[in-house]
Amino acid sequence: MNFVRTQMLPPQSPPVTERGAVKWLRENLFSGPLNTILTVLAVLTVYYLLSMALPWLLHGVWTANSLTECRTIIAANYGPDAIGACWAVIHARWYQFIFGFYPPEAYWRPILDFGLMFVAMTPLLFADNPRSAIKLVGVVAVLTVIGLSLAQGPLWLLALCTALMAGCFFLVLQSPARLLPVTLLYPFATIWLLWGGSIWGPVMMMAGFGVLAIVYSLLSTRIGVVMATAAGFVAACIWWLALDGAVAAALQSLIPLAIQSVPSDKFGGFVLSFLIGVSSIAISLPIGVLLALGRQSDMLLIKSLSVAFIEFVRGVPLITMLFTASLLLQYFLPPQVQFDLILRVVILVTFFSAAYNAEVIRGGLAALPKGQFEAADALGLDYWQAQRLIIMPQALKVSIPGIVSTFIGLFKDTTLVTFVGLAEPLRGITTIVRADIYWKGIYWEPYLFVGAIFFAACYGMSRYSLYLERKLMTDHR
Amino acid sequence: MAEPAMTNPADMSVSDEVAVQITAMNKWYGTFHVLRDINMTVQKGERIVVCGPSGSGKSTLIRCNNRLEEHQQGQIIVDGTELTNDVKNIDKVRSEVGMVFQHFNLFPHLTILENLTLAPIWVRKIPKREAEETAMYFLGKVKIPEQAHKFPGQLSGGQQQRVAIARSLCMKPRIMLFDEPTSALDPEMIKEVLDTMIDLAKDGMTMICVTHEMGFAQAVANRVIFMDQGQIVEQNEPKEFFNNPKSDRTKLFLSQILGH
Repeated sequence: MNFVRTQMLPPQSPPVTERGAVKWLRENLFSGPLNTILTVLAVLTVYYLLSMALPWLLHGVWTANSLTECRTIIAANYGPDAIGACWAVIHARWYQFIFGFYPPEAYWRPILDFGLMFVAMTPLLFADNPRSAIKLVGVVAVLTVIGLSLAQGPLWLLALCTALMAGCFFLVLQSPARLLPVTLLYPFATIWLLWGGSIWGPVMMMAGFGVLAIVYSLLSTRIGVVMATAAGFVAACIWWLALDGAVAAALQSLIPLAIQSVPSDKFGGFVLSFLIGVSSIAISLPIGVLLALGRQSDMLLIKSLSVAFIEFVRGVPLITMLFTASLLLQYFLPPQVQFDLILRVVILVTFFSAAYNAEVIRGGLAALPKGQFEAADALGLDYWQAQRLIIMPQALKVSIPGIVSTFIGLFKDTTLVTFVGLAEPLRGITTIVRADIYWKGIYWEPYLFVGAIFFAACYGMSRYSLYLERKLMTDHR
Repeated sequence: MAEPAMTNPADMSVSDEVAVQITAMNKWYGTFHVLRDINMTVQKGERIVVCGPSGSGKSTLIRCNNRLEEHQQGQIIVDGTELTNDVKNIDKVRSEVGMVFQHFNLFPHLTILENLTLAPIWVRKIPKREAEETAMYFLGKVKIPEQAHKFPGQLSGGQQQRVAIARSLCMKPRIMLFDEPTSALDPEMIKEVLDTMIDLAKDGMTMICVTHEMGFAQAVANRVIFMDQGQIVEQNEPKEFFNNPKSDRTKLFLSQILGH
């Protein structure tokens, strides 16, 4: 049959079932009998859950002095059988969830330290993204100043802290890299701000690293990089163990510069969680990298030590390690050495997460083609240059999801320190609050509050890792 | 097979200076004797083509020259430095010897320009600006200066291999090693890479190439080395090698690769 088209057809819009919301509904929710049943069931479940939770949430009471008062207010407003959340407990005790037993007149110190934490992280998180860096530091500076103005403290102190934050903002306006000195000083500033006492303690601790640098630069050309690092490390250890304390005490008596000292047993709440979480995260990543490299090493001793460390630490539950930190470690140390409990916990949590990170990074290393190592070698790069410039940027990029998972897990695991008697927010503080005669019987509200803050922190980490993955996606474009 | 333009090898000078001296070298992979009693001298400015069936040890031989593979017996002296366990010597040799791989091995997380300037900046300690100028010069030489700010993944295979050649040249090497540089390329891209290599030969670079491109061997090589079962079976100047092979093994190999 021959056919010749004489008139071309104009395009028509698709039938109503094939476009817009109707199409979407049909394809996604009602594509077959099974799917339709599942959709209906899901809708019913969501309705059931909301019908139970919503009244409870909406009837929430924010100001009351006890659980009984909460219940009276709810009964008065919504009838005798009504249920409702008693958020008043958060309202009344929020400072304990945040600061533990930290002295209220010193609340400005953790607040300032928390603000500075973001400032210190900025050059690492947004090294080549000045716009995000400026936004982050700007928002953090404003929030910190607001937080400080709500805390107790003299006006000159607020002015000083505001000037400090403004200075940081001024630096980041020029370039995120300008904040690197803040990053380097931050660990020592944290120790001073949180524990207080003489400023010379942290300064002399810093001086130990100075000793390391001096010894290294004197020796590195003569005895090689590895030996010079080892010698510098030994010198620094001698400094810290033998001289540090005496010099700090002498300087303190000459130039007394000290703030109220706060012992470790006053620490608690989210200050403690963030202190343990952030320091462990920051230290465990480099240790994890070194362990992963050690495990790949050709040198038998380094290889077997790394393998033994990783396998042992990964094979032991974190709780065991924490009990070791709180009880056993003291037996192995000389009696006069008093090791702070928080420090011990940080060290063991760091080891724990470093062992996991090492395996995640080893996976990243294994994913790299052998040719990358060969090309770096063939160009004459030495081992550390090749690792730093070629291997690690690629291996870490592959490992980002795994590393961030480890970090999120670690941050949530900081709640386990409750078992060695530290007042972390989830169980430690909540138990204390619930033991209060006025709040006895309260159950969901503190957990929801603490859970929400943990979720916000972990979700933030997760979003950042997605951003980083997108930014580093250069190879398959 | 691409047929590069013929040039007269006699135009290219070969000096008496020795670039690579390999004496009684043996290598094993575990118990497998992969290289057997290799003796080989490469003069400065010489262009050597190494060929042979797969598994004959030719890649291993060339990779011994910058110690990507370790030899267990004998002596390898590259540019006056003997390759031993001494890491300093190895790094010295590697910075003087450029290498081009079958699979390019560009660094995918760096731009083309960063790929080219990385080693000059960190190994040669050349200022960044100067290194970038050199890099742009060599990108011009391999005829892709416009790709400088792209990433390797955005380039074709032939372009990537030319970048890899330029990356080696940026270190101003005295010797260039080519390990089957065209084997992973589509046929239409082989020519652009071979042309680049011929240009390099014309500039008097000392080159050792493992390749199956017999046209290239005839065009620029001073000497063709034929390997089989880890041994050098025959070496001769290209004309003699192709027209008048001496050993039966060579005749068979040539009939197999030139036969169709």
